[in-house]
Amino acid sequence: MAVPAHDARQEWLLEARGVSKSFPGVVALDDVSLGVATGSVHALVGENGAGKSTLMKIIAGLCTPDSGELRLHGRAVQLDTPRRALQAGIAMIHQELNLMPSMTVAENIWIGREPVSRLGIVRHRELRHRTRTLLERLRIGVDPDTAVGELPIAARQLVEIAKALSHESRLIIMDEPTSALTERDAEQLFTVIGELRAAGRAVLYITHRLDEVFAIADQVSVLRDGRHVGSDRPANLSRDDLIRMMVGRELARIYPGAPGVPGAVVLAAHALTGARFRDVSFELRAGEILGLAGLMGAGRSELAAALFGLSPARTGHLSLDGVRVRIDSPRTALAHGIALLTEDRKESGCFLMLSILENLEIAALGREFVRAGVVRGRAVREACGAMSRQLRVKTPGLDECIGNLSGGNQQKVLLGRCLLLRPRILILDEPTRGVDVGAKSEIHELIARLAAQGTAVLMISSELPEILGMSHRIMVMHEGRVTGTLDRDQADPVQIMQLAAR
Amino acid sequence: MSQARTLETAPGAAGRRTRRWPPEAGILMVLVGLALAFEVLGWIFVRQSFLFNEQRLVVMILQVAVIGIIAVGVTQVIITGGIDLSSGSVVALTAMVAASLAQSSEAVRAVYPTLTDLPLIVPLATGLAVGALAGLVNGSLIAWTGIPPFIATLGVMVTARGIAKWYTHGEPVSLLTDAYAGIGSGAVPVAIFLATAALFHLALRYTRYGKFTYAIGANPQAARVSGINVGRHLIVVYTIAGTLSGLAGIVTSARAESGQSGMGMMYELDAIAAAVIGGASLSGGVGRITGTVIGTLILGVVTSGFTFLRIDAYYQEIVKGAIIVVAVVADQYRQRARRRGA
Repeated sequence: MAVPAHDARQEWLLEARGVSKSFPGVVALDDVSLGVATGSVHALVGENGAGKSTLMKIIAGLCTPDSGELRLHGRAVQLDTPRRALQAGIAMIHQELNLMPSMTVAENIWIGREPVSRLGIVRHRELRHRTRTLLERLRIGVDPDTAVGELPIAARQLVEIAKALSHESRLIIMDEPTSALTERDAEQLFTVIGELRAAGRAVLYITHRLDEVFAIADQVSVLRDGRHVGSDRPANLSRDDLIRMMVGRELARIYPGAPGVPGAVVLAAHALTGARFRDVSFELRAGEILGLAGLMGAGRSELAAALFGLSPARTGHLSLDGVRVRIDSPRTALAHGIALLTEDRKESGCFLMLSILENLEIAALGREFVRAGVVRGRAVREACGAMSRQLRVKTPGLDECIGNLSGGNQQKVLLGRCLLLRPRILILDEPTRGVDVGAKSEIHELIARLAAQGTAVLMISSELPEILGMSHRIMVMHEGRVTGTLDRDQADPVQIMQLAAR
Repeated sequence: MSQARTLETAPGAAGRRTRRWPPEAGILMVLVGLALAFEVLGWIFVRQSFLFNEQRLVVMILQVAVIGIIAVGVTQVIITGGIDLSSGSVVALTAMVAASLAQSSEAVRAVYPTLTDLPLIVPLATGLAVGALAGLVNGSLIAWTGIPPFIATLGVMVTARGIAKWYTHGEPVSLLTDAYAGIGSGAVPVAIFLATAALFHLALRYTRYGKFTYAIGANPQAARVSGINVGRHLIVVYTIAGTLSGLAGIVTSARAESGQSGMGMMYELDAIAAAVIGGASLSGGVGRITGTVIGTLILGVVTSGFTFLRIDAYYQEIVKGAIIVVAVVADQYRQRARRRGA
């Protein structure tokens, strides 16, 4: 795809000036300034958690910055609701599509803005006509009368884009639009993007796929740890330049590091294939911390879910201590000594309305602390109290509701739930996500200690320093496949990123 | 963890219990308030005491005992985040089946002329089994097909009522044995209610069954990750609820000394109301049997108080409806307060 030149310094369509935003415990954006030109495609790249999504949300009116301003055609604007942003000509296409599956394409596009007669009845013919005109203009071959639910994902994405353009938006934000698309569908999307550019619209394009940056972007900006590292035309950069900009960070914190020498192989995966991963084989040793790196959507969490029996792999098999096993439910996984700390604390981790005690004890009750169905209250309370002290959970007592704890302390409780089972194999999915710095290093120390005691640890993390600082070996996944396994001493951030972002 | 013992005790860490008002305190006050209000109104309008009339209190508790037995089961279902609409129909079905096996030889047109004067255990066991079976169907539908509890139990509600009518083609089943009628006489229904309430109060608080029930209601996904077989546990909970509805059907038919297919009409809603008034949350994870017992008594006091003041039954239903709505709104506020604390 040809890249038109943008040499003349033109007026920005949208400009962010000194935008900062923090959430409890995290600085998501730190003094970010960035401009998007009319008639251009501006790509935004960065590691997970670099602040891309937060910046997008601020521009789309989904959250407000703590400081800094947004300027539209040189004039400062307040975009504090998505409605305001839409009125200002900014539309966002979300990663999770926001369409109503049971309604038709036409109804979805014009929802809330249907042409109505004086009696308030929707004029369907007019609606269909408008939709057809719009879709034809974009060369999107979708029938306005089909229910959105019957369309393939790619077509839905195009409907979303049509919806965004029906607002006559001047700036369209796309958050990883190709993550669910096949290559051919992605090509079609790129064609539409090209036409948008030709029509003088601007596209702000978040992606993890660096190839796309070189294929469609006129300008690329890199975010890292909430800071704007730099912007340039892709033609002036090499792939490696881009990767270096994304990861170029010193290991600011000291990690306890991987302890000791791993022992015998306890878990081996042979050619596992499942929903989002293909042909994954690896070995995990006693006392080893195996880091699992990759970008979002690389299939890492799905692999963890398969190992734990939440959604078993379709083909391939697992062996424990060299014996082939079938793990088809979390119960069997736990019975084999495999524990999982899930990625999403609120979704599948905490029982938010229950107490710390109830959150800690629940998994252990499956096999311990129970006599003839009756829970041995005192024994459980003692064990949970000891665990809570060992993990230094900051709380007035075990009967406190877990919902009242900070993210870091909630995470410690969930880790405690796993440890009460004394697992031989511990799978950690983003163990320190959304956790404050203090709790973070405590969790790191704990993981290192568990490994030193012989627990085999599989640690998924999107933070390269964490992966590099903690693991004996690092396995990297990209789009469902293992693209490489590195020993700690030969691994460096650039290398991992190259394997992860192919 | 060998290091657990060697670590120093973090200040303010676990071990201490925080003392707060038990969650039932609020509704207990509502109960007392309602009773006192009827007491005052009683002296003003009918020149009688509402509370100091033993006979009235006995009648009142007897009236709600059946609802209470059902509500004990329904509370557990609600704690898992589900609902059971089939209870009333299951009462009718078990009343019919149990009564048909409890007829005395005096019955001229007995359902099973050869099966009269059977020992008490036969109608009892069969009645409980019928209730359990209905609950098993509820639970299995929910666990295996994944349809919402509302729909599954709505289907069983209609079907069970249909079977109850079909069983004798609408004829009531009467002339029951004295032993069977004994289950419904005197304070026996109240004793059954309180015994089941005590049993399941303990089960919910102190057994693995109880812990799993709360966990599933609080977060089914996390329950699964914690190794709980969620489907199997739901089947157990619905089966228990069905069995208790069966027990309520036995008590109802024993009290009336007959089985009728129209028995138990709307009981499911009274039972759900009792649980919700008692603090059970329809979004799951929250609820206690003690609360449900108080909720049941509140329903009893309202019914009895209105009769006592000689107010039309219509008003009773209107007020009952309002109480349920107020209870659910109060639940919403509690939930929101909890979320804000998070």
